[in-house]
Amino acid sequence: MADQPTATERFIQGVLPENPVYRQLLGLCPVLAVSNNMKAAVTMAASVTFVLLCANVVTSLIRNLLKPHLRIVVFTLTIATFVTIADRILAAYLYQMSKTLGPYIPLIIVNCIIICRCEVCASKQSVFTAASDAIGQSLGFALALSSIAAIREILGTGMFFELRVLPAAWPDWVIMALPPGAFLTFGVMLAAINWISSNK
Amino acid sequence: MTKKEDRFTTFEKAAGKLNVASSPHLVDTAMTTRSMMIDVLISLAPVILMSVYVFHWYAVKQLLICIASCLAAEALFTRMRNKPFSLLDYSAVITGVIIAMSMPGTAPWFVSVIASFVGIGIGKSVFGGIGMNIFNPAMVGRAFVMIAFAGYLGASGYEDAGSLVDAITQATPMDIFKQSGVVPSLSVLFWGVTNGSLGETSAIACIIGGVYLCIRRTASWEIPLGVILTVAVLGGIQNIVSPDSGWTVLHHLFGGALLFGAFFIATDPVTSPLTPKGKFIFGAGVGAIIMLLRLFSGYPEGVMFAVLLMNALTPLINRWNVPKPLGEH
Repeated sequence: MADQPTATERFIQGVLPENPVYRQLLGLCPVLAVSNNMKAAVTMAASVTFVLLCANVVTSLIRNLLKPHLRIVVFTLTIATFVTIADRILAAYLYQMSKTLGPYIPLIIVNCIIICRCEVCASKQSVFTAASDAIGQSLGFALALSSIAAIREILGTGMFFELRVLPAAWPDWVIMALPPGAFLTFGVMLAAINWISSNK
Repeated sequence: MTKKEDRFTTFEKAAGKLNVASSPHLVDTAMTTRSMMIDVLISLAPVILMSVYVFHWYAVKQLLICIASCLAAEALFTRMRNKPFSLLDYSAVITGVIIAMSMPGTAPWFVSVIASFVGIGIGKSVFGGIGMNIFNPAMVGRAFVMIAFAGYLGASGYEDAGSLVDAITQATPMDIFKQSGVVPSLSVLFWGVTNGSLGETSAIACIIGGVYLCIRRTASWEIPLGVILTVAVLGGIQNIVSPDSGWTVLHHLFGGALLFGAFFIATDPVTSPLTPKGKFIFGAGVGAIIMLLRLFSGYPEGVMFAVLLMNALTPLINRWNVPKPLGEH
């Protein structure tokens, strides 16, 4: 496997060149659903990081035992285990946030970023590479999610992390806090990133 | 310059000499985008005059802000897409006038600016500019600010006690009726000396402008006919069901933005179906959704949402109404 990217390459690619949201268009459900304020977005990104890191490490450890026709099932069960742990931890220590995020934490099980990383990287490469890949991809996901959440929270409520950053006279763009705001912000961000990278 | 472009320019040069053109082979080339848009501007004149007469400075201010921001948005976005500058076809001006006429006079300046930029940007430019948009740009812009700043566009936005005009201090007829069931007199709705969005108050101004548009064939008469017929029929049924409400068929027709929407917004040739039958179905759909929203939703008026929803169905209506080629069974 000489042509596989190294751990450093995996890490760098995950952050921007192969950003899971803006480049691969994966895991859009949480990006659209929990991006109307920074707190929820950061909690979501942290949960995804935990699950992705653990799932990648475990998958990489058992990669020699995987049978090709059963690998997806094994990935899903591994991911489900860690999602359950994350979900219960949130419910125990951040009850209010757990209520706010509702079904979106359990839905990490079917988040394609994680299953994609297990398939592409962890099931073929060493534990160290898989871990650095997981961290890079999570960072990319956190970056994308919080960029959208920052725009939506600031325009929608004039606040950032629930602290007022715009003057009180700011007219709240209510639409930005509602679902259409997520689609519009994501579309505009995607267009902007494509525009910038095509002008390079 | 790539090879493909090279060939294209040679073809264009040859076309100039040989006069090669694809169908339709129009002899009368008088009807250009620009002349159509000028027609629309002429037909909007009565509405604009009436709004200036009723709302004075408020109407002038909204018009200036909306037209200027629509032109700026058009210039900005066509430049971003490296397309030729197309301000001279007047389409952005029309969008600006329609946004202005669909705003309440007291809406703050930034609401109009945002509506214009969203309308031209998200409503038109992202789809590929003029002629490519799926949804009516003016209504996209208005829907955005309607949801974003409901307070400035809803009933409370109208009630400005410090204004010079009497009309502006009342709630709109549609709101009063929705909230307290008081029915205004028909003549007020017909002449338009009442409160509302700038262009919607006067039924007579909309009818004069709309009839001009239809006679000039800039707008297709099937669409307004479909809207008005459907609203009349559904309004009639509603009258039979609850005869003591006092809000008659004519109130439904003259009140709110119905006539303005039927003649000036729904008739946008880009976002409405192509065949006469399709146009009638489109108009009837707009009318039906307007009545649905007026009678059963929390909003007093539904023209904007009705037009946007039917815009989404336009490709489907087109597909269902493909004309049969001559001789096919």
